[in-house]
Amino acid sequence: MKRIVLALAAVLILAANALAAEILVYTALEDDQIPRYMKSFKEKHPDIDVKFVRDSTGIVTARLLAEKDNPQADVVWGLSAVSLMQFKAAGLLEPYTPADGGKVLASFKDAGTPPVWYGIDAWMTGFCVNTVELKNRNLPLPESFADLIKPEYKGQVTMPNPASSGTGFLTVSAILQLMGEEKGWAYLDKLNDNISSYTHSGSKPCKLAGTGESTIGISFGYRGLQQKKKGEPIETVFPKEGSGWDLEANALVKKAAIKPEAKTFLDWAVSPEAMQEYAQSFAVTGYPTGTPIPEGYPAEPTKQMIKNDFDWAAKNRDAILAEWTKRYDGKSEPKK
Amino acid sequence: MTGHAAPPVPDQSDWREPLFSERRLRALLLLGVVLWLGLVVVLPLGQLLAKSLYDGSGTFVGLANFRAYFANPALSRSLANSLRVALWTTALAVPLGFAFAYGLTRTAIPGKGFFRGLAMAPLFAPTLLYGITLIYLFGRKGLVTTGFFGFASRTLGIDAGWDIGLYGPVGIIISETIFTFPQAMLILSIALRTTDARLYEAARSLGASPPRIFFTVTLPGVKYGLLSAVFVCFILSFTDFGAPKVVGGQYNVLATDIYKQVIGQQNFAMGATVGVVLLFPTLLAFFLDRLAQRRQAALIVARAVPLPPCETALVNRLYFAFCSLIALLLLIFLGTALLASLVRVWPYDLSLSLRHFRFGDMGGGGYAALGNSVAMAGLSAILGTAATFGSAYLVEKTRGASALRQTAYFLSMAPLALPGMVIGLAYIFFFNAPAWQVAGVRLPSPVHWLYGTMGLLVLSNVVHFYSVCFLTATTALKQLDKEFEAVSESMAVPFYRTFWRVTVPVCLPAVLEIAQFLFVNAMATVSAVIFLYSADLPLASVAVANMDDAGDTAPAAAMSVCIVAVSILVRLLFGAAAARLSRRSQRWMAP
Repeated sequence: MKRIVLALAAVLILAANALAAEILVYTALEDDQIPRYMKSFKEKHPDIDVKFVRDSTGIVTARLLAEKDNPQADVVWGLSAVSLMQFKAAGLLEPYTPADGGKVLASFKDAGTPPVWYGIDAWMTGFCVNTVELKNRNLPLPESFADLIKPEYKGQVTMPNPASSGTGFLTVSAILQLMGEEKGWAYLDKLNDNISSYTHSGSKPCKLAGTGESTIGISFGYRGLQQKKKGEPIETVFPKEGSGWDLEANALVKKAAIKPEAKTFLDWAVSPEAMQEYAQSFAVTGYPTGTPIPEGYPAEPTKQMIKNDFDWAAKNRDAILAEWTKRYDGKSEPKK
Repeated sequence: MTGHAAPPVPDQSDWREPLFSERRLRALLLLGVVLWLGLVVVLPLGQLLAKSLYDGSGTFVGLANFRAYFANPALSRSLANSLRVALWTTALAVPLGFAFAYGLTRTAIPGKGFFRGLAMAPLFAPTLLYGITLIYLFGRKGLVTTGFFGFASRTLGIDAGWDIGLYGPVGIIISETIFTFPQAMLILSIALRTTDARLYEAARSLGASPPRIFFTVTLPGVKYGLLSAVFVCFILSFTDFGAPKVVGGQYNVLATDIYKQVIGQQNFAMGATVGVVLLFPTLLAFFLDRLAQRRQAALIVARAVPLPPCETALVNRLYFAFCSLIALLLLIFLGTALLASLVRVWPYDLSLSLRHFRFGDMGGGGYAALGNSVAMAGLSAILGTAATFGSAYLVEKTRGASALRQTAYFLSMAPLALPGMVIGLAYIFFFNAPAWQVAGVRLPSPVHWLYGTMGLLVLSNVVHFYSVCFLTATTALKQLDKEFEAVSESMAVPFYRTFWRVTVPVCLPAVLEIAQFLFVNAMATVSAVIFLYSADLPLASVAVANMDDAGDTAPAAAMSVCIVAVSILVRLLFGAAAARLSRRSQRWMAP
């Protein structure tokens, strides 16, 4: 009898394993955020097995575009809205309205009907400044984009390569929108003189500042605040002129066999539970959650964010990157 | 017509020969070797070359990609940069390797085993680690740059900080020199060991001075080894990407361009183009080396007498000092790598902790990746040893079928000329294509299922390190008399039994050496597998690259330390196993 029970149990376990559905998610969310978010997902859906391809924004974007004839991903989660607009234009996305999709602010989702992508949070440019190194070199704290091109910061600044990094792109795009294209490129030329290297990922300039290998890293707010918590001498500066920003957004990938679990995942990804988790990391989320703004962000984060024309950014992304590569790629840190 | 009735010569194409004769079976197996190498070396490479002639959307554009490449100054400068790095590295690593090897083979210095073991240590780490360690030593907040965090100036009252300007060519060349030094040292030790003492006797009895002997006997005696060392150092530093990626700063080289094009921008056509540009100097070096080695074969002396170490006490002391200095530098280097993985917040909180070894919050896959790497290295070692030793046996010990044998030999040596990145790229193109166009007909690809699996990772490693293993096996097999084959044939023992009962046991040390070489290299390699690993199968060495990309330098160092630790452990286990096994299988060699 005991044996039969055991055998039955074994069969059940095997069957359960066979039923456990698996989805492949492409994401550019930070490595230290995903485990926390997934804990929340697993509590609700322990039976869905989620696999990730995680890389910098540019890489995930390029990879999805490259796979367009034979898409591998089921879901895109937390990827730059500019990239999702490119995917939409290329016909790679399948419209899907998640259960809580209606709650997401109109300006934080795709303008089409029905919306194809839904934003979950906004992330914005922040300078990671190493205060110890600043003091060693008797330099003032930079407070604005205008400060960064002052000659005393020569060789002290790192920034991400916009071709591979979403943070890099939103910063370049913000500079071009704030100053206009002509003055924007002139500014970037001057900034280039102060840059010691362009990195592959948007986090790395902040991490380099954290170890003193660089004094100022142009990065994004969350990264700098996180590193300060870890004990690194990092002050996060949100530039006076306003921060470039982008949405991290989700969408369903168009492919022959769309798995129901992919939709379940997207439902969860804009649910209040998930939104609460995002609010631990970001000051601005897809819809208000009532969670207090994480420490270190400006009191009114939406005022810090520039007026961002996503359409313009998406349409001009390729041209901007081509021009940028032509001008500055000689200084770029080798990718991988 | 009387008397000399010549015995009938068996006709090669005798129809009475049984269908499955041993000769046929061997020829069939050799054909299998040729076909398999054709499938995993020639076809993928052909695909890469073809890809460089098409644009991104699949239109034939001839040499337009190459024109675009050389018209773009940012890209074409990389070719000059790569050449410069490779030349400097070769000029540094070969003399250092030569002096070290000379100390180990021709002098009577103590501690040779220690020196040799330590000099091999750099082979165990991904090249990224050299870059990372250099940052901790010579970066802006490095130990040397800051004069041990001002310790020197506080205690000694001197400003001992020294900024070497690490980022750029300086950092790359130092890293590559550390990386290629053991390889040069190994090749030159073998060359210096295989010499004929009688030449030295003759020179001395003719009254030649030691410098004269060095230039007229020693150097000419090892010129082919020297040439090999030069080529190996040149190719390795020309094609490596790990070190330039970490300490290259704004100094682009070909290998990093390939990554930017393929992984950064998914521009496969330009990636293939740069891959071909990378391949040309390597192929040239390969053919020059092969040409030289062929001439050497004619120079080998039949009855050479081994040369005992016979330098003067002064020379011994000098070499001991030199080897100690190199060993000390390597120890500092390895120690810094370990320190980098242990310090809590470099350089602001120097307390030690194991927190960088918790990879939970990091990209790259953590210990699962390490597990995958061990599995991949183990499988590469087992399958690679079987494949290389088996094919070396067939090529070396088969009579007749010379066209097949020569083809198999050439194809076995060809991977030596292929940089890992070229193999990785070629494999993406070849194995990821869901269908092949053959003469205008669309055929579903029979190898597509391998893509994204452990099988492809193992295959890429086996092919990447194929030639060195094949050469090791061939050398071991050459020491075995062909009479074994002849005797077993005349006694009607099938060759596979002789192979299993005689050949393999006798060659056991070489077999173990091959397996160990494959394991250690598969653990540390990044170049080929970084294109081929999938989300389900993260690898430790790739994790090092990814963590370094994200700026998580200390965890990247920690993962490298794990890789080195596994490789050293495996090497020790192999050493113990080899000692046990060879006591049993090598008894015949004892006098």
